[in-house]
Amino acid sequence: MTVLYDAPGPRARRRTVVISAIAAVLVVAGGYRLVYQPLADQGQFSAELWGPLLNPGNEQFSLVWRRILEGFQATLIAAGYAIVASLVAGTALAVLRVQLRSLVLRRFTAVGGPVALLIRGLVLLLMWLTRFCVEVFRGIPVVITIFFVWVALPEFGITFETSRWYLVIGLSIYNAVVIGEVLRSGMEGLPGGQREAAHAVGLTPFQTTRLILLPQAFRIMLPALISQLVVVLKDTSLGFIISYEEALRVGSQVVQVLENPIQVYTVIGAVYILVNYGLSKLAQYIQRRQSR
Amino acid sequence: MSVLVDQFSVFVNGFWLTLQLCVLSAIGALLIGGIAAVMRIAPAPPLRGLGTAYVTIFRNVPLTVVFFFTVFGLPALGTTADFLRIPILDLAFPRLAIDLPFFRFAIIALSLYTGAFVCEALRSGVNAVSPGQAEAGRAIGLGFRQNLWHVVLPQAWQASVVPLGSVIIAMIKNSALAGFFGLTGDLSQSGAELVTVRGFPVVPVFIGIAVGFLVMTMPLGLLLDRIESRGAMTR
Repeated sequence: MTVLYDAPGPRARRRTVVISAIAAVLVVAGGYRLVYQPLADQGQFSAELWGPLLNPGNEQFSLVWRRILEGFQATLIAAGYAIVASLVAGTALAVLRVQLRSLVLRRFTAVGGPVALLIRGLVLLLMWLTRFCVEVFRGIPVVITIFFVWVALPEFGITFETSRWYLVIGLSIYNAVVIGEVLRSGMEGLPGGQREAAHAVGLTPFQTTRLILLPQAFRIMLPALISQLVVVLKDTSLGFIISYEEALRVGSQVVQVLENPIQVYTVIGAVYILVNYGLSKLAQYIQRRQSR
Repeated sequence: MSVLVDQFSVFVNGFWLTLQLCVLSAIGALLIGGIAAVMRIAPAPPLRGLGTAYVTIFRNVPLTVVFFFTVFGLPALGTTADFLRIPILDLAFPRLAIDLPFFRFAIIALSLYTGAFVCEALRSGVNAVSPGQAEAGRAIGLGFRQNLWHVVLPQAWQASVVPLGSVIIAMIKNSALAGFFGLTGDLSQSGAELVTVRGFPVVPVFIGIAVGFLVMTMPLGLLLDRIESRGAMTR
């Protein structure tokens, strides 16, 4: 941000120090008055409420933490499945859409007449269908998708033992579409010479996509893909709506016993922040390495 | 499919409430995000630190956790967010003034969460202005404020419109969560009730809810695409 202002001289430096000091005092005083005091007045800092979470000597400590870690384990498992599934499905979707786009331009003169017309119509229909699905599932909230997957699949005779799979399916539908679009725009953003060169050395269109375009799109889009992983990890917490026992659901069970919502959700939020912050830092690091 | 016709008013009312929630939360998020962005580019380190802390926390925590905090944490502190009962505004948005606090809680949660992303969108806009522009402004003798107002901000605004738009679209979709946190009568809660309590068939209700959200998100998305392609041409 140094471009906005000149290198400060002695007077500006003094002014910055004074303003900083005032700001610091205001921040601390505001934090004390608006956050600390109301919490303290309500007795939210008492050892009774925090003890089970922070004090290893507390008799409930090990039980509470075992439950919370089980919850996070469930979160990570569901997120892992959803990430793998949406990466696979998203890649397939991106390849399909890129293939359809190049097929639309072909005239199929080899088969001739009505058959060619039929094939072209089919390709066009598929193209519009995939486009439609992408736009629809991108525009609907994930919560709604997860909830309706949970309600609808049993009605069609598809039932699972745990609600984990409904969550994974719902998350995968949404994220596959998003990842598919990320990869597709990555492939279409590549210089046209890549595709032409691949054609020139005799690769088929599918080989071109698989061997030339997709690997490059993956590399270019890696930071965007990692931030999508952060989104998946965050969205896994929506599993609590369909009573999947992930971290938040477990947290609310703990709260029912210990009656300390603020403390429990603070701890769970802190764990989420740590993990996601690490992941986004990783994305930044990869981006910096690539741009070098 | 008859549920879409018979219960049409349920869907319309749900759409209307979700729209109100989105408008108010968008205002809140833009205010909070704007303030946070100013803090993050301010020369005073404590303000920068506070802005950075806010953005880091709310960008990395799931919205669900934020909702848990507002819906279960605020009552534990004995507040029902009465400061949002804004006198004239509650004529247009009657839900603001009712005793049940969940509409106000949802606004707080959505504004706080989205504000962090708004801040980042604005800041990325400021960062997108090439340093030469600000340097040239300084070279012709503009002060910090003049430079910011006449040179940097107009260009930053252009660069941040599209990311801001996607943040707002994401917020509209996130607003569906409010229906699972006590808010009654919005799109998601009405839909869930039609299916689970009143036993209507799942697929038509899903279509109704989906259309309700797509009506809000799709035009915005198309508009953004147009702005984006036009901006690419002028530059």
